[in-house]
Amino acid sequence: MQPFAYAAPSTVEEAVEILTKHGDKARPMAGGTDLLVQVRGGRFDLDVVVDVKKIPELTEVKNSKDNLKIGGAVPCHMLYEDKEISELFPGLIDAASLIGGIQIQSRSGFGGNLCNSTPSADGICPLIVHSAVAHVEGPSGGRDIPVEEFCTGPGANALGKGEMLVSIDIPNQGEKFGSAYERFIPRNEMDIAVAAVGSSILLGSDGKIKDARIALASVGPTPVFAKKASESLIGKDPNESSFSEAASIAKTECSPIEDMRGTVEQRQHLVEVLTKRTLTKSLERIGV
Amino acid sequence: MATEKIHVKTTINGRPEEFLTDPYVSLLDALREIVGLTGSKEGCLDGNCGACTVSVNDRIVDSCLVLAAEVDGQNIETVEGMATPEGLHPLQQAFLEEAALQCGICTPGFLVAAKGLLDNEPDPSEERIRHWLAGNLCRCTGYENIIKAVQKAAKNS
Repeated sequence: MQPFAYAAPSTVEEAVEILTKHGDKARPMAGGTDLLVQVRGGRFDLDVVVDVKKIPELTEVKNSKDNLKIGGAVPCHMLYEDKEISELFPGLIDAASLIGGIQIQSRSGFGGNLCNSTPSADGICPLIVHSAVAHVEGPSGGRDIPVEEFCTGPGANALGKGEMLVSIDIPNQGEKFGSAYERFIPRNEMDIAVAAVGSSILLGSDGKIKDARIALASVGPTPVFAKKASESLIGKDPNESSFSEAASIAKTECSPIEDMRGTVEQRQHLVEVLTKRTLTKSLERIGV
Repeated sequence: MATEKIHVKTTINGRPEEFLTDPYVSLLDALREIVGLTGSKEGCLDGNCGACTVSVNDRIVDSCLVLAAEVDGQNIETVEGMATPEGLHPLQQAFLEEAALQCGICTPGFLVAAKGLLDNEPDPSEERIRHWLAGNLCRCTGYENIIKAVQKAAKNS
């Protein structure tokens, strides 16, 4: 690898100071499973890699009654090995247990996945459908960014100079909330999605859909929050007809490209199929 | 920023080990070129093949995607730590008996990864073994004998 210095600060303030000082020549490292590959490939020419795993709040998971707070450097396995989190947030666990293989899941997590900001990121759509909010800190203080507004292009995001992700906040929406994430890939593990969909449903006391969110991966320059499809479900009965209608709308909200993984038509078709499937699974998980 | 060498104190295969490394050296390169443990292999260098799999604090990782500087104070296990003076590890014995290797480059990674599974789940299903080993690639065996060997080792240990 090309030479760089290694910094392992123990506070967010220290990390922000280093990141601010070095600008584009510094990158935070959580699991490093994307970053080190990118450095080797020459995408970044870095003066310093800032290992954020020595900062306590970056590696903590706090599961309170109303909220799940995932530190920016928490690896996937910490989530799926937690029984309570697995039961409360199955849509997140769907993704945590299929990012890379076991070796990658020992290191990588939602925080790095979000900051790497690829359109195919398995971690981002599940966060969007859980109404997750990214908490970032930078030289001029902290701010919260809804995850659907975080990515701005392939590999680009809303983080400004010196800013870093500290944690991701995910509301616990209770027993009437269900979520699911599914992707289509040629093999079951260790591959990048041809297309993928995350869905969530919140039922009201009348049994109708109070809120719904659908997000699409690998079918646009960023992960796509399918707003129209999501809104089409509100106030409806959760059934095949409303799910099919939402799925056909979701198909129109993506803008896939054709590449070695799939064609535009295949990806649009997959969005429709996976939207319906994940909505159905979300409902099943509510258990009504 | 200066890239001075970093002093790393760690435990490797149960033995305390200290070394100096440049900050941009991977754990894989440090193991092979500084510590002299060449069992872990370099394959893809991007986290696809698993030939460099080692265990860090009882979790398997691709050592090509870990910086040596990160493992200060941590517990590393490599393929060199599997056999004892009394004999091969049950997984190594089973790989031999089932002909679960041909060229052998992927074998250390498969052994360390499989050990990571059996240490925590002594009786995994075939599906679980296949899923667990998805991060390890082999170009020779077609995987069947590798799965059989892991099942045999599970039965024998």
